[in-house]
Amino acid sequence: MSHVESVEYVKLLNKYAEKKSALGTLYLTATHLIYVEQTNNARTETWVLHHHIVSVEKLPLTASGCPLLIRCKTFQLLHLLFQRERDCQDVYQSLLRLSQPVKEEELYAFLYNPHQNEEDRRQGWEFISVANDFSRMGLSNDYWEISHLNKNYEICSTYPSILGVPKNASVAVVTGSAKFRSRGRLPVLSYYHKDTKAAICRCSQPLSGLTSRCVEDEQMLQAISQANPNCPFIYVVDTRPKLNAMANRAAGKGYENEDNYSNIRFQFQGIENIHIMRNSLQKLLEVCSVKSPSMSDYLTGLENSGWLRHIKSVMDAGVFLAKAVCEERASVLVHCSDGWDRTAQVCSLACILLDPYYRTIKGLMVLIEKEWISFGHKFSHRCGHLDTDPKEVSPVFTQFLECVWQLSEQFPCVFEFNEHYLIEIHNQVYACQYGNFIGNCQKERLDMRLHEKTFSLWPHLLKNQHLYRNPLYRRSLESTVLRPSTLPLHFKFWCGMYNHYDRGMHPKQSVLDQLLSLTQKQEEGERTMTELQRQLAVADGVLPDPSGPINTPTEQDSPSEKTPTAPFVQSNGSCLPLVNGDAEEAGPGAEKCIDKEGAEPGATEHDLTSSEDKPVSVETEHSKEEVQESS
Amino acid sequence: MEFAELIKTPRVDGVDLHRPFMPTVEGTLCLTGHHLILSSRQDNTEELWLLHANIDSIEKRFVGSLGTIIVKCKDLRVIQLDIPGMEECLNIASSIEALSTLDSVSLMYPFFYRPLFEVIEDGWQLFVPEEAFKDLESMTDEWRLSEVNKDFSVCPSYPSLLTVPKDIDDESLCKAASFRHGGRFPVLSYYHKKNGMVMMRAAQPLTGTNGRRCKEDEKLINATLCAGKRGYIIDTRTIAVAQQAKARGGGFEQEANYPQWRRIHKAIERSNVLQDSLIKLVEACNDQSHSMDRWLSKLEASNWQSKVKEILTTACLAAQCIDREGASVLVHGTEGTDSTLQVTSLAQIILDPACRTIRGFEVLIEREWLQAGHPFQQRCAQSAYSNGKPRSEAPVFLLFLDCVWQILRQFPCSFQFNENLLIMFFEHAYASQFGTFLGNCVAERVKLQLSQKTVSLWSWVNRPQELERFLNPLYEPNNLVIWPSVAPQSLLLWEGVFLRWNRSTKCLDEACQEMVHIIEYNKELQNKVNSLRRQLAQLETEESPLQTP
Repeated sequence: MSHVESVEYVKLLNKYAEKKSALGTLYLTATHLIYVEQTNNARTETWVLHHHIVSVEKLPLTASGCPLLIRCKTFQLLHLLFQRERDCQDVYQSLLRLSQPVKEEELYAFLYNPHQNEEDRRQGWEFISVANDFSRMGLSNDYWEISHLNKNYEICSTYPSILGVPKNASVAVVTGSAKFRSRGRLPVLSYYHKDTKAAICRCSQPLSGLTSRCVEDEQMLQAISQANPNCPFIYVVDTRPKLNAMANRAAGKGYENEDNYSNIRFQFQGIENIHIMRNSLQKLLEVCSVKSPSMSDYLTGLENSGWLRHIKSVMDAGVFLAKAVCEERASVLVHCSDGWDRTAQVCSLACILLDPYYRTIKGLMVLIEKEWISFGHKFSHRCGHLDTDPKEVSPVFTQFLECVWQLSEQFPCVFEFNEHYLIEIHNQVYACQYGNFIGNCQKERLDMRLHEKTFSLWPHLLKNQHLYRNPLYRRSLESTVLRPSTLPLHFKFWCGMYNHYDRGMHPKQSVLDQLLSLTQKQEEGERTMTELQRQLAVADGVLPDPSGPINTPTEQDSPSEKTPTAPFVQSNGSCLPLVNGDAEEAGPGAEKCIDKEGAEPGATEHDLTSSEDKPVSVETEHSKEEVQESS
Repeated sequence: MEFAELIKTPRVDGVDLHRPFMPTVEGTLCLTGHHLILSSRQDNTEELWLLHANIDSIEKRFVGSLGTIIVKCKDLRVIQLDIPGMEECLNIASSIEALSTLDSVSLMYPFFYRPLFEVIEDGWQLFVPEEAFKDLESMTDEWRLSEVNKDFSVCPSYPSLLTVPKDIDDESLCKAASFRHGGRFPVLSYYHKKNGMVMMRAAQPLTGTNGRRCKEDEKLINATLCAGKRGYIIDTRTIAVAQQAKARGGGFEQEANYPQWRRIHKAIERSNVLQDSLIKLVEACNDQSHSMDRWLSKLEASNWQSKVKEILTTACLAAQCIDREGASVLVHGTEGTDSTLQVTSLAQIILDPACRTIRGFEVLIEREWLQAGHPFQQRCAQSAYSNGKPRSEAPVFLLFLDCVWQILRQFPCSFQFNENLLIMFFEHAYASQFGTFLGNCVAERVKLQLSQKTVSLWSWVNRPQELERFLNPLYEPNNLVIWPSVAPQSLLLWEGVFLRWNRSTKCLDEACQEMVHIIEYNKELQNKVNSLRRQLAQLETEESPLQTP
């Protein structure tokens, strides 16, 4: 494939201060757009993965050049200005093609090799196992067992091959129930709560239409109910708004009729569909990208986008599930329409509220693998990996990550990971650098032979886990069930995600980074102390042999440390398009500065002086223009 | 004692106290001249002491003979008292109403309060203008300390000592004073050591409709400019508002008369609008409804966050003129006692690292608010639950504290103090056992003899035992000018004040403790490592040299 390789004298426009905009060279590689800015002695590189580009837009020609607006799925915005119209057109054409691959094989993951051998690759893919999580929950037991009926994806093509089902549900009930559910997505176990014996199960909507019923499906729900000796009924939660569910009845689908099922308590939750969520995000991003909004514009825009209302609706549903399980000891069956969007959000959120394991770095991987990847959340479609139907795209998974972030704001000590972890996962989901989020269900992934052709993300994240740790995490608190407040005023706008690249908006000193560096210092200090104590002992003659230093923990670190990895830029830079702080930052009078971001806590003398000229408040410059000349 | 006649029922048993996020407490309710006290019989540790002065308004309800009084406090807390017996309840309610709205300042609690601690350092002596002037003198000789306002006759709301340009004599000052609203002629607010630029503050000039001018006023502010340099006048009002002020005798500096100055108008609203904004915001925060749209639209409609943004933007502008443009600045609004002080004090927090220490922040409040004549008593007479028609109440100081919190949140390692200090100042500005925030200006405080008859807030805060609560564990002193972001995404609702009573702080407290723990442990560890190093070094010099790895 031929495309433009580089264009010189391209301007990267600074959103806040046009004067500060850089002049540099744009490169297009097979996988990345790279913008290089060379000033005096500083070289700044901005890397954007083609897969991260969601749209490229040519704006009307201006006196200063030919503008191109690039929007990314990571919510980065690049505003480029070309001197020649032809360059702009060429880059535009190239990016259109590069950012919208048509076939799976064109995705980055099929090219990317982190220099692992086949054995590492295999181990990487086996690192997170849903089967292990079933045993962690205590399956199989007296009530639940692991079924291999879907081994060949014959009962349900979008479900995983192993399913948790009630022990007393016969094969006929399982297969019969599947036939009565949209796309065969029958009720199966999502999470088993050992303490209360209550379970969270998930499925798709029943094909009940206006009058149909199915004995096997009714028996299936009965079996789920009977699998919980602690509660005589189960909740059936339809996460959709009632109106949507009723509309589906006309199409032969719908929701459970309480009269036909014994001992169910039926409940709607009112989470909107993927189209409304897509539009809502669109509106939110418009609010985020306004150049200098007034407070009133911003708050009104935030309200009108409906985004936080939707986040709250997901959270409300998750809290409902968790409460039913831990307080009423009742099992819950959850569905929406197909049971792969809202159902995945709600079930996984309930898992996090109920089970501290899922609040750990590894636990979140397991949860995503279980509720999202294996249960057929259509990552390829929802993330728009390929140039397919734009109406299938929706930020369902993003909303889940945001709910976790909202929880972490209310409970700062219960998550092992920090905000960077959630943002990194989000970036990776859209990056297609690793194979985990390619395809729409397990069967598709198997057909694509992803495990042979691509690598798994999880070992990579685990290797970098020091970046993702929450220094405030307290294991002692981990056993508690989380009971978040869902009052509207406890939901915040997630600036770290949606304005991630507007560095000027973030706190200039980060408590998290400060604490992370302290914990790192602490580890070093502990190591030094051990070593000093040993040396003292030797000097005292207590220890005989001063032959050499004891292996320090770093040297003993996990074997994966030692495996060859890709050059740093390849493995990290590529998925974290690096923008030097000041390129995005604003501030009048800051023209002459700066190569460092904000006044970093604990920074050296030099850093401190250079950051003194920190760009300012976004708007102060305009204010000077308001000078009244005469009256 | 004169309070006795206001207290018809001094004591009721079997009263239930309800507070959000806390279990109900049953106990005995007592009223004293200054406090409402509820103490639990079962458990002596559970006691509520509420200053009557802290009570903003009350509501009463009856169900049969059980009366309920809902007490709404100036610190935004709402508590509910269930009082058996209608008569008792009515008596208590009317006593609270009377005692919480005493008109005479000299009946306030600070005049009765005797400290249970030893006053080591008298807070009344914390800020001595002469000493501050000595500091200034060490940097520049262009200023002098004037006694023109010795008896508060030139400007009733100014302190007796004022820093003015050396070349301007007292007579000129008097003339300039007569040209400024309330006699508030331009005085020095801040000297920027880095480049020698200054920030002055004043009230609006009294140009009126026919464009009066005052040579002395012009000379006074021009004296602060270096040759050939221009300065900035920041008028906190919009040009339209400033124009309207002319009709009432006020106005703004005409270019023709002040050719060396550029005037910039900003849109900080007058203090009377703020009270309404606070009431709406607190109403929104107390709304327990589950609709997101309703919350966001109420938050927007309160306009509080807009005001935070506007004030911070103006403060950044002032700081920028001084630090970036290397120009001197004069700030004023109308009276020069509200928005002017918000701007000058915030600009100093941005520019001057000293203001970010506890001591420096106290001095800033003392100098730029108390001495500068912010009318605390008028502004803080009522808070968000006032239901009477507002007179001159306005949360000007609270807004300032909110802005400081916003900067603190963006620069969590640059302040010696934490959020608790700001919240504490908010509480004490509205109701306190200390005399610091009584009165409206220095002249009034002198007349009330506050420094003899009451204890200063600073005497209490600066005790090591108290200070600990206000220390920011992340503080690392730096000499930076800190530029906050004023993008709406960067300005959050100050939960520590506005959601303080509507949320459980258990998890946040745990996080705080954990943070302190990490920092403390780290320090300990470094100390241990250092002492081990020393031991080893000693051993090595004493004994045979050892091969170090």
